[in-house]
Amino acid sequence: MPSPKRIGKIEFGLLSPKEIRKMSVRKIIWADTYDEDGYPYPQGLMDLNLGVIDPGLRCKTCDQKASDCPGHFGHIELAKPVIHVGYTRLIRKLLRATCRACGRLLLEAVEIERVIGTEEEATGDILKEKDIKKERLCPHCGEQQLKINFEKPTTFSEMWTEDGKKMEHKLTPADIRARLEKIPDDDLKLLGINPEVARPEWTILTVLPVPPVTMRPSIILENGQRSEDDLTHKLVDIIRINQRFKENQDAGAPHLIIEDLWELLQYHVTTYLDNEVAGCPPARHRSGRPLKTLSQRLKGKDGRFRGSLSGKRVNFSARTVISPDPNIGVTEVGVPLAVAREMTVPVRVTPFNLAEVKEYALNGPVRPTTTSPCGANYVIRPDNRRIRLSDQNLQATVDLVEPGWTVERQLRNGDIVLFNRQPSLHRMSIMAHRIRVMDGKTFRLNPAVCPPYNADFDGDEMNLHVPQTEEARAEAQILLSVQENILSPRFGGPIIGGIHDHVSGIFLLTHETHWFRKEMVLYLLMHHPMENLPEPGKVEDGVPYWSNKQIFSCILPTELNMVFRASSCESCDTCKKELCERDAYVKIFDGHLVAGTIDKKAIGAFDGQILHRVIRQYGMRRAADFIDDMTRLAIRSIMLDGFSFGIDDEDLPRTEQGQIRDVLETAASDVERRIKIFQDGQLEPMPGRTLDETLEMQIMQVLGKARDRTGEIAGRHLGLENSAVVMAVSGARGSMLNLTQMAGCIGQQSVRGERIIRGYDDRTLPHFRKGDRGSAAHGFIQNSYKSGLSPTEFFFHAIGGREGLVDTAVRTSQSGYLQRRMINALQDLKVAYDGTVRTTGGRIIQFRYGEDGTDPSKSSFGSPVDVKGIIESEIKEEV
Amino acid sequence: MTFHVLDHIMVPEHRIMTEEEIGTLLSTYHLSLDQLPKIFHDDPAVKTVKAKPGNVIGIIRSSQTAGRAESFRLVVKRPKK
Repeated sequence: MPSPKRIGKIEFGLLSPKEIRKMSVRKIIWADTYDEDGYPYPQGLMDLNLGVIDPGLRCKTCDQKASDCPGHFGHIELAKPVIHVGYTRLIRKLLRATCRACGRLLLEAVEIERVIGTEEEATGDILKEKDIKKERLCPHCGEQQLKINFEKPTTFSEMWTEDGKKMEHKLTPADIRARLEKIPDDDLKLLGINPEVARPEWTILTVLPVPPVTMRPSIILENGQRSEDDLTHKLVDIIRINQRFKENQDAGAPHLIIEDLWELLQYHVTTYLDNEVAGCPPARHRSGRPLKTLSQRLKGKDGRFRGSLSGKRVNFSARTVISPDPNIGVTEVGVPLAVAREMTVPVRVTPFNLAEVKEYALNGPVRPTTTSPCGANYVIRPDNRRIRLSDQNLQATVDLVEPGWTVERQLRNGDIVLFNRQPSLHRMSIMAHRIRVMDGKTFRLNPAVCPPYNADFDGDEMNLHVPQTEEARAEAQILLSVQENILSPRFGGPIIGGIHDHVSGIFLLTHETHWFRKEMVLYLLMHHPMENLPEPGKVEDGVPYWSNKQIFSCILPTELNMVFRASSCESCDTCKKELCERDAYVKIFDGHLVAGTIDKKAIGAFDGQILHRVIRQYGMRRAADFIDDMTRLAIRSIMLDGFSFGIDDEDLPRTEQGQIRDVLETAASDVERRIKIFQDGQLEPMPGRTLDETLEMQIMQVLGKARDRTGEIAGRHLGLENSAVVMAVSGARGSMLNLTQMAGCIGQQSVRGERIIRGYDDRTLPHFRKGDRGSAAHGFIQNSYKSGLSPTEFFFHAIGGREGLVDTAVRTSQSGYLQRRMINALQDLKVAYDGTVRTTGGRIIQFRYGEDGTDPSKSSFGSPVDVKGIIESEIKEEV
Repeated sequence: MTFHVLDHIMVPEHRIMTEEEIGTLLSTYHLSLDQLPKIFHDDPAVKTVKAKPGNVIGIIRSSQTAGRAESFRLVVKRPKK
């Protein structure tokens, strides 16, 4: 590889006609491409001097074959100059800023100094179009200036009034070029143009470069017909018109015809450069499709920059739908047999693995079942020739294999692969998993790894990449493997952990105390590798029983000591500790769950306390095992009784329904009463608020309280036998608010935090009286999702829901762009060995990374040492 | 009454480093002067400590993570736009 070079400077300028002719290898004069025999016309658009695309021919310029010749530029001499569309803005500025007679800047030295500054103290500004007053006299030659009118895309004209009549005179590109030529170099510098690399007259084309054929190859269709590239089509148009123009010019055609042809030539050159110019109909293909010309090749998502240079496609990758499998480990990924058969790992043949590798090769490309040993698809000879293995050549090829060859072995269980889900917003979006070859057509993953990927199974697809070298595999295993990424560098806590059913399941298992017989204990722990059951917690009538807490304790490491409060903790004023009636005080003593319920706070993704402590005390690998054990135990416990939720789970008895009705009626009349006070002018405004605002706030408050009251009433009836309550209390999914809205009352719908006000004159909907300030008229929904919404309520609900949708849509796009900019700004920073954060140039950004030099993904929720955890596990008591 | 920005609680301590201190700073971090973070000469805190372009300012901030964080900035002239 060539050694890296430091870039001294980059120069931006314009191509001068001289330069264009210098780099050209051939003057192109014929619009034709190939003759009947398919041979390129000399001096045609496919001239052999411009490079070759047909195999077998040699380039006339560099004498190389099609694969080696990079192509060479040609040129077309234009009959008359035309404007380059990309520079119309610059041309307009220059025409307006300079004298039409002498070409000097229309400013006196003093005026220039005001913008540019003096020689010693330059402001860094350059002259703008606005700095020059319109239609003044030239300070240098006294010429009266005319207004320059610019019409998109490429028309310039001079306007003036004569005897009260408006006069207009069109400027031809040749006129403009003549004017630009007159601008002196010193004046250009003041306008921000370096005349050495960009003389302004070069923005008017007199000669057009013809790009090499290699960047506009023709393709041969199935029927043997040649189909030319869009650029070639456009060049053909240009040459044809140019030719006709020349002939007419030589024949001394009338002025009108010349002008028409000139405009036509201008149109073709314009669309050749940019086919999406405003005010110019795009040039179209015969089929009606707009042509993809030069600027379209560069612009946009599929353009050269975003599509070809920043974006890359790779081999050795697979993509398919994902689906859950709680029985595989978090570090594993289930791969369909079809994928495992197609994707390969190269194995270099040595004397030591010769027999093994020959075995792979001998198995061939077919692989009937997931259990059959892996085969091989290709073997590579020492001269890098690939031989595809097939039934015909199998034995013969395998016999040739010897040290120095490479065998491309199919994937098998335990191979390490990279697994990714877009959008890849953080580093946990790509993690290394170990393969498990499976039946079916989807990638399988443990639901506990969904949070870092932000994946669900409603049709999500994920990508899989197979590292091809030993270094890549080592890097994947050491840096990217799932267990190395359990702790998130975002907050120093576990990002992989129990979700949804895991939390519900472990909650149902560990809540309160209940006892299991041996069969049940063995069923629950059947996948847990353990040698002995603990001593039974109690024996009744000679039958041994184990408690639910004992069962959970089996998956805990033995020396674990910790105390914390579960998600169901209501933060009472005085904590009853072990005697908590919600069983929310969790105490683990020497690896035994003494009291408390295990739920989201203990094992959940994002805030699993036990998980966190296991990582700190026993390391990542033990934590990954713990997650596997925990998810399997949780899934089995939730399946003991089953877990479901239906419409009748929201049923409330008549008494509760009556109470809810009462609460809502009281609230409505309370609102009416307050409105009455307001209308009587008796309302005392709150400090800093108007009367209206005060009333609105009071109403919102009353209705909010009423909604909460209905929730309490419904909550009194709905206990832990209700699945939704279990989910809300354990933190698995949903909240008591969701339950309130389902069973009690949906409550106030709002837009921008206020009641719904907009709609018709003085009312939200025609169903209400003008000026009605009541609760129903402004979006309070008395009904629950269960009882169903009235038509007006439904409409208000849609209004409130729409705001939420719009907010999410706006937020994601804005934060996405913000993040993109941040990443682009920070991507090359690195932490040097001395702990400083530096740019690639060695410039310091931070003298110590994060000011404390702590890697957040090795920290305990941000702090470098988990003091509380260490003390707790030593004194085995709450700190 | 004159107002000093440095007296404000949100403004960290700024001081001009001596030549000797700069020497140790640059050698401990293996830096050249222009690799230091910059601060403009017309920054209110810089004006208060009367630092001139070319001086190095030592800044001691209270830090959320480390409690106390020290940083160093080279005073440069603010370029004209």
